[in-house]
Amino acid sequence: MNHVTTIFKKELRSYFSSPIGFVFIIFYLLVSNAFFFFVQDFFRQGQVTMRGYFAAMPWVFLFFVPAITMRLWAEEKKMGTVELLLTMPMKEWEVVLGKFLAAFGFLAITLAFSFTIPATLMYLGKPDLGVIVGSYVGALFLGSAYLAIGLYISSLTENQVVAFIISLAVIFVLLLIGIAPVWLNALGTIVSVCEYVSLLSHFNNVTRGVIDSRDVIYYASVIALFLYLNVKNIEARKWR
Amino acid sequence: MIHVEGLTKRYGQSLAIDNISFHINRGEVVGLLGPNGAGKTTTMKILTCFISATAGRASIAGHDTFDEPLKVKEQIGYLPESCPVYHDMDVTTYLRFSAEVRGIPSSKRKAAVDRVISDCDLGKVTYKLIGHLSKGYRQRVGLAQALIHDPAVLILDEPTSGLDPNQIRDILSLINNLGQEKTVIHSTHILSEVESTSDRVLIINNGHIVAQGTPKELMSRSSGTTVYLTVKGADVQTQLASAPFVKKAEKLADGRDGFLRLALQGADQRDVSLDVFKMAVEKNWLLSELKAETASLEDVFAKLTRG
Repeated sequence: MNHVTTIFKKELRSYFSSPIGFVFIIFYLLVSNAFFFFVQDFFRQGQVTMRGYFAAMPWVFLFFVPAITMRLWAEEKKMGTVELLLTMPMKEWEVVLGKFLAAFGFLAITLAFSFTIPATLMYLGKPDLGVIVGSYVGALFLGSAYLAIGLYISSLTENQVVAFIISLAVIFVLLLIGIAPVWLNALGTIVSVCEYVSLLSHFNNVTRGVIDSRDVIYYASVIALFLYLNVKNIEARKWR
Repeated sequence: MIHVEGLTKRYGQSLAIDNISFHINRGEVVGLLGPNGAGKTTTMKILTCFISATAGRASIAGHDTFDEPLKVKEQIGYLPESCPVYHDMDVTTYLRFSAEVRGIPSSKRKAAVDRVISDCDLGKVTYKLIGHLSKGYRQRVGLAQALIHDPAVLILDEPTSGLDPNQIRDILSLINNLGQEKTVIHSTHILSEVESTSDRVLIINNGHIVAQGTPKELMSRSSGTTVYLTVKGADVQTQLASAPFVKKAEKLADGRDGFLRLALQGADQRDVSLDVFKMAVEKNWLLSELKAETASLEDVFAKLTRG
């Protein structure tokens, strides 16, 4: 477990070792706040709820999370440091988990900075804090699933831009299939399969502040699956 | 210390190394020599457990690279080709990170970092970003990283490539010092480096080991020492050719005033210039040139890796 911590610290430090980490957080806050207050017209709704904020999250994360993960493996491969990293006495899963947790840490820090919205709501009225906290937890689950997918895809290429675009595309498809089958209603059972697989349909409960064990299991499975694939892909370097 | 048997690695259709076997003893400094693409890096990547062999076995300090990669990795310090380093870290942070990964307890980390900083002469750049350092310094940071846990085995892939002559000399003298107590395997395609640092040389070409031995052994192996002489006397060439210490006497040119220029190969490839001189005195020949030339490692290398 020590190695996981070491990698975690190294990666988290590297987010903040250049201005990019800070620029990212500021940009995220600008976009998400603008979306909430102006696009969704919070001030005309007359409700102190963050429902709109969280409803937009799958789409906002779609662009932001792949940017968090794109460098994690691609950069190591491009710079050749992957060879150093993987010839140090660590197990592959320790490196993968360390990187994942660092990305998670960075996402959590970014989300923490959105505290200004609940603070505003509390100033304006009496929001249901339980719902808000529940939604934040749900958002972290959703974000972690994105992170696991993005991290895996980053391990497939040495080009960060490619990692970003493919991650975005894969996540986009996993979101869309939650909506698209509704248009293809004739397909019957496939609709429910697609809905189950989609990252989006499991987030609907979350926006209401409900944390359903089925959704938790779903997100945990997605995270576990992609972390597992990631470890396998890193191990497979030995045989290429 | 390092034992390699029947090692083979295939990348798709192409065979990078083919049935390589060698053994390196504790404390030996071995140069892995070969043209680009010969299989040096592949061999090193297998030894460091970065990739697996298609067939064959390799073990370091008794631990198999395939079955016990973690044990192997603990034993080695590795400097990969072109010396990759994290550009966004400063030297100290990077070395502390390496020390942490290597399991050096936090109480001893500072001492370990200080030791390699002084060994690799990094005192001037301790808090500089690695990305801002010159190639020579980066190489030294890479070496420092490989030395941080005081490993028994050092694997250095082209440690001097891209450096200027002074930096090369520094790195080589560092390798020389390290070789006094560690097993070192380093690759290069620069022959003089091997001559000055290695106890033993392995020459790899097209995935095969084509020769191995001490630099001296290898040099004498080619054509041994050739003695050149310019001499005047009756029937010199036939007499020399039939002398017991001469294997072959070849006429190179007819000189002026009845002098002949000859090239002699000693019977057991040794330097026979003294014997030639004695014979000339005995027979009352006139000698105007006598010199011995030993084949250089370059000659051996060219002979083994071309054609």
